[in-house]
Amino acid sequence: MDLLAIVRIALRALGRNKMRSILTMLGIIIGVGAVIAMLGVGQGARQTVQEQIQAMGSNLLFVGAGTVTRSGMHMGWGSTKSLIYDDMLAIMRECPAAHTAAPGSSSSGQVVFGNDNWATRVNGTEPQYFDIRTWPFQEGTSFTQNDVEMAANVAVIGETVRKNLFGATDSIGQTIRINNLPFRVVGVLVPKGTSAAMGDDQDDIIIVPITTLQKKMTGQNWLRWIMVSAVSRQASYAAQQQIAALLRDRHRIRPGADDDFFVRNLADLADVADEAGRVMTLLLASIAAVSLIVGGIGIMNIMLVSVTERTREIGVRMAVGATERDVQQQFLTEAVVLSLFGGGMGILFGLSASYLITKTLGWPVLVSPVVIVIAVLFSMAVGVFFGFYPARRAAQLDPIEALRYE
Amino acid sequence: MATTSQPDMKATIKQDHETIILVREVHKYYELGETRVHALRGVSIEIKRGEFVTIMGASGSGKSTFMNILGCLDKPSAGRYLLENIEVSSLSKKELAAIRNHKIGFVFQGFNLLARTTALENVELPTLYARISKAEGEKRSREALALVGLGDRVAHFPSQLSGGQQQRVAIARALVNRPSILLADEPTGNLDSRTSVEIMDIFQNLNDEGLTIVLVTHEPDIARFAKRSIQFRDGRIHRDERIQTRPRASEVIQNLPKLED
Ligand SMILES: Nc1ncnc2c1ncn2[C@@H]1O[C@H](COP(=O)(O)OP(=O)(O)OP(=O)(O)O)[C@@H](O)[C@H]1O
Ligand SMILES: [Mg+2]
Repeated sequence: MDLLAIVRIALRALGRNKMRSILTMLGIIIGVGAVIAMLGVGQGARQTVQEQIQAMGSNLLFVGAGTVTRSGMHMGWGSTKSLIYDDMLAIMRECPAAHTAAPGSSSSGQVVFGNDNWATRVNGTEPQYFDIRTWPFQEGTSFTQNDVEMAANVAVIGETVRKNLFGATDSIGQTIRINNLPFRVVGVLVPKGTSAAMGDDQDDIIIVPITTLQKKMTGQNWLRWIMVSAVSRQASYAAQQQIAALLRDRHRIRPGADDDFFVRNLADLADVADEAGRVMTLLLASIAAVSLIVGGIGIMNIMLVSVTERTREIGVRMAVGATERDVQQQFLTEAVVLSLFGGGMGILFGLSASYLITKTLGWPVLVSPVVIVIAVLFSMAVGVFFGFYPARRAAQLDPIEALRYE
Repeated sequence: MATTSQPDMKATIKQDHETIILVREVHKYYELGETRVHALRGVSIEIKRGEFVTIMGASGSGKSTFMNILGCLDKPSAGRYLLENIEVSSLSKKELAAIRNHKIGFVFQGFNLLARTTALENVELPTLYARISKAEGEKRSREALALVGLGDRVAHFPSQLSGGQQQRVAIARALVNRPSILLADEPTGNLDSRTSVEIMDIFQNLNDEGLTIVLVTHEPDIARFAKRSIQFRDGRIHRDERIQTRPRASEVIQNLPKLED
């Protein structure tokens, strides 16, 4: 029998029990659909992350205070006290690939305005920080270099803080209390939204002069980070090298010993985000595997029912000359048609779902053709694997027993 | 190994005395828990090419059991069965399927048509498993349906056909691959006498063209249209005789009251 005839017979047989066939396919439809949808959204999210990172400036470098291991315990990044303001000045002075640098330190703060109360992160830095991060103001301006020198009580706030403390009232010029110290609000930053890479709210922040933070709030004179912009995108790798060499030298780190700081450029950060995406893909693949197995068992179950129901038909076919192989092929084809149809419908369902999701989130839809090809191949494999046993059962029926079956 | 079943007169004459079915001391038991049903108790028979044999006997005398063995659907518990000089017990399942497909046409006691499948598709079934094209298979199926007088019922489902028409579809299906032997288990059971005679007319014509026919029936009226009559009793052959004066079914029909089809 040629394949076309077999497929036609399979379609007829399945068409006779449309409802049952569709319900059987449901497992595969949902499995394939979910995976396609999530892969589509995931790919879109990854692309968005990459774009956001690029938007931060591809010539941006982040120098962080390193980890110390104290009595065998890792203290987390930023726990060394060796990164200092003079390091930043040295970077500006001695690293030709570095263009601008801003020092940074942070603390947590309880902010009060009137009856409103908000817990947030307080960063201390210098005005050039806003340029390096290309972060504009929606109202007011940055504090000045003069404010830094005077350790003035002035603050720039993020949109989330503004919303929670001021709501509809005007915030510029108002006085807020951070950990009981009065600060005058001079600027409100443009909202940046949730970081797609880290998942934290970038607008939940207060930024004050670094001197104010160090002298009046934390009492520490070391830095947690230095933000550097390289002279160009191409120079960012050179800048990274120069900064690392300079800091090892300044911190007197012996050759072979670990750094007490780290330097990241945004390309690295993009890699990290990409890696996270890969882990997610792997996770999705395992979900896919589970749902396909469940779908496959559904197909196997219905095929076994079908073989029993159609025992007489099998007997008739054998009586008129169908071989074991013919019968096996027929039932195997039915299983594969079921799973392929399910897979196809799953792909359509997944594509429309991912389109809807990404449209609501404003991300691009990205479903690569490779994913679709893999989905098709997988659903076919499920059909063959789970259809094999029922088909074998059918093929091994004895013709006369099958004809007698009531 | 296949001999042609074409209605070629010269070939028919030449092979007239060739033995096509040879059964020796065939037994069939069914084990039913403690008890053993002895359905066939030593049947021996020789059928030559071109014969038209009827098998009669009381219900339960083993006729269907014997036919199933002849049709290579079932195997004897003991004894030998040679089909065209081939020992059937030595054949593989695949070879048996091939024999059922083009050497033997089988008409079942209950028609065994596929429900929700048109008459044409039912008849086409054996052609699907033969090495012929779809177009050729359809052509032969239409011819076979025309032969049994159902040329205008190709698109009907079994549920839309009368008992006699269903039986004729089953006969067309048995003939479609041009077998050399037709085995029919009560093809006229439950049919009115006119329809029965019509079916016997078809069989007589096919037999004239060289087809070997073995037919089971309860009715002596039907059995007389054959050339040889065998009686089964309790799983044995009780009587085996030639029929001397054989009426032509086509003539008998003339004298029967006409019915609406
Ligand atoms: N599958 C089976 N299992 C057990 N016993 C069986 C089976 N098939 C047939 N028999 C027994 O074998 C005997 C012969 O049955 P068979 O069907 O050959 O009779 P028959 O001559 O065709 O009868 P009828 O004229 O009613 O069709 C019966 O006693 C029957 O009960
Ligand atoms: Mg019977």
